[in-house]
Amino acid sequence: MKKREWLQKNYPAKERLGRFSTVSDMEIEPIYMQDDLPPADEIGEPGEYPFTRGPYPTMYRTRLWSMRQFAGFGGPEDTNHRFKYLLSHGQTGLSTAFDMPTLMGYDADHPRSLGEVGREGVSVSTLEDMERLFDGIPLDHVTTSMTVNCSASAILAMYFAVAEKQGVPLERVGGTIQNDMLKEFIAQREWISPPEPSVRIVADMIEFTAKNAPRWHAVSISGYHIREAGSTAIQELAFTLADGIGYVDACVKRGLDVDSFAPRLSFFFDVHNDFFEEVAKLRAARRMWAKIMRERFAAKKPESLRLRMHAQTAGVSLTAQQPMNNVVRVTVQALAAVLGGVQSLHTNSMDETLALPSEEAVMVALRTQQILAEESGVTSTIDPLAGSYAVEALTNKIEREAWTYIERIDAMGGIIKAIEQGFPQKEISEAAYRFQRAFDRGDKVMVGVNKYQVPEERPIPTLKIDPDTERRQSEQVRAWKKARNASEAREATLRVREACTSGENVMPPILAAVKKGVTVGEISDVFRETFGEYRDPAWV
Amino acid sequence: MSERTLRILVAKPGLDGHDRGAKIIARALRDAGFEVIYTGLHQTPEMIVESALQEDVDAIGLSILSGAHMTLFPAILERMKARGLGEIVIFGGGIIPEEDISKLAALGVRGIFRPGATTEVIVKWVRENVHVRTSG
Repeated sequence: MKKREWLQKNYPAKERLGRFSTVSDMEIEPIYMQDDLPPADEIGEPGEYPFTRGPYPTMYRTRLWSMRQFAGFGGPEDTNHRFKYLLSHGQTGLSTAFDMPTLMGYDADHPRSLGEVGREGVSVSTLEDMERLFDGIPLDHVTTSMTVNCSASAILAMYFAVAEKQGVPLERVGGTIQNDMLKEFIAQREWISPPEPSVRIVADMIEFTAKNAPRWHAVSISGYHIREAGSTAIQELAFTLADGIGYVDACVKRGLDVDSFAPRLSFFFDVHNDFFEEVAKLRAARRMWAKIMRERFAAKKPESLRLRMHAQTAGVSLTAQQPMNNVVRVTVQALAAVLGGVQSLHTNSMDETLALPSEEAVMVALRTQQILAEESGVTSTIDPLAGSYAVEALTNKIEREAWTYIERIDAMGGIIKAIEQGFPQKEISEAAYRFQRAFDRGDKVMVGVNKYQVPEERPIPTLKIDPDTERRQSEQVRAWKKARNASEAREATLRVREACTSGENVMPPILAAVKKGVTVGEISDVFRETFGEYRDPAWV
Repeated sequence: MSERTLRILVAKPGLDGHDRGAKIIARALRDAGFEVIYTGLHQTPEMIVESALQEDVDAIGLSILSGAHMTLFPAILERMKARGLGEIVIFGGGIIPEEDISKLAALGVRGIFRPGATTEVIVKWVRENVHVRTSG
């Protein structure tokens, strides 16, 4: 039976809602049928173009995703302790959260760091901090992800320097640095300099790692923060892929062969509550990126065409009210991530709307992944949702609407121009405000918040940051600066400045500088002085 | 009663870039008929007090999600008092644990809104608790 006939037979019906839509306000039809399926080659086979069914042929039957809980708080020793705790409980990769001063390129002793040191992540100003952070963790045995962007060049240089000290050659160091500056201007909003020079440094890092650290991912092109800032799933997908196009353009323009770096580009998506929308978004992402790389950039290697992704469950979906309910939300979201075919996953802890996660809460989050992987059975068959009328129809719809955004951005002259005009920023603000109004009206339900509330909440224990961290970290930075060879540090800083102005790759001089004791804040100061500081245009 | 509308500064102190809440509140207050000035991100306490003075506001709404509220809120309150702006109503929101709410109230923060608060609740609170200042 055709869908039209079925609808004529069964509709109009008295439905329980006036309109059925996703959390992104995408309208959902009552039924999807065989006539919604795309041509078979749009679905394809796992591990083959256009990779709708997954980047690898045998997926989780060969290898499970990396279970990678984002962790960082206090001083380097505190986070080192948490890393070892997670590894001892079966986590398979590390993921580092830095504090706000580190993320904005200020040392712990800077006046702008006041009150923020070690609060939202771990404080790292010096090479010594980085050594303490990875003390006793062999960097040739784990892969590490580091969420840091505008100060990423200094942080990556420090990580490489620690590896060298451990006797691990760069060719064997594996991991990911987020380093996606375009989405900083769009959504996460931690920056030093304007978009153009920021992208240039990203391209320097892509070029440097492609040649020297082939197991490293120099950028993780991120939709997560775009979504958390309030975008729809379609906007998340479209702006992320547009950012990816921006980086590939920048690298190709400086003469790099697309196949020399494209295989090491990686992606990072949010996984929100609406189950099928999220599965469809992840499948559409792979299909679209494959087409972009083949058609727009003429990439040849299959590895250049296949999108590999990390995912994190949606922080923004969690509630401070009845926090135990968050365990259930995270489970549903993690299942969508797995059925969407992710390579790496962070599951949020139930207490994250209250504070950074406690050890107990992190354990439940990690166990959620282990239960999905080893008890639920969903990993036994490759891409089990392929061919589902609903999933395939939603995948097509999301792809179609995301292309429309990408075409609009192309017409503006590319993503940097679009960001300068505030286009993605304003689209996201609009979507965030629309959702808020729908939530305020009760059209969008958050259980325990605008429906099924309880009058008396029972508080759960939360993590406390040692208030002495800031004083300790500041004193250590000051002592570090006193102890180093001042003229060598000055000379090395000057080399970084010269690279910034001459256009030579900044990574070799930054690597040399951190070894001479130059700090994250000092390298960021060079960027501030040579490229200028970016200021928030404060669009509402 | 003055005929001018309430003037509210929505400010983001500190280094965190989470501005979704601040922008939604700014827009909801504007839609409710108030005059709203939004500072943008990464403001120091000095910058916020300076904006409050320049814009002659009746209230300041502070949004902070970095955990630095126990440093930054008091720093702003102290500077407000030192500049003779003690009667400007200070309220705020963000990831703020239960036990810090009473401490902030004791320091003079008049209202704290946590995740899940509706814009209606906040607009209503502003109508009831913020008044046009008569002194310049």
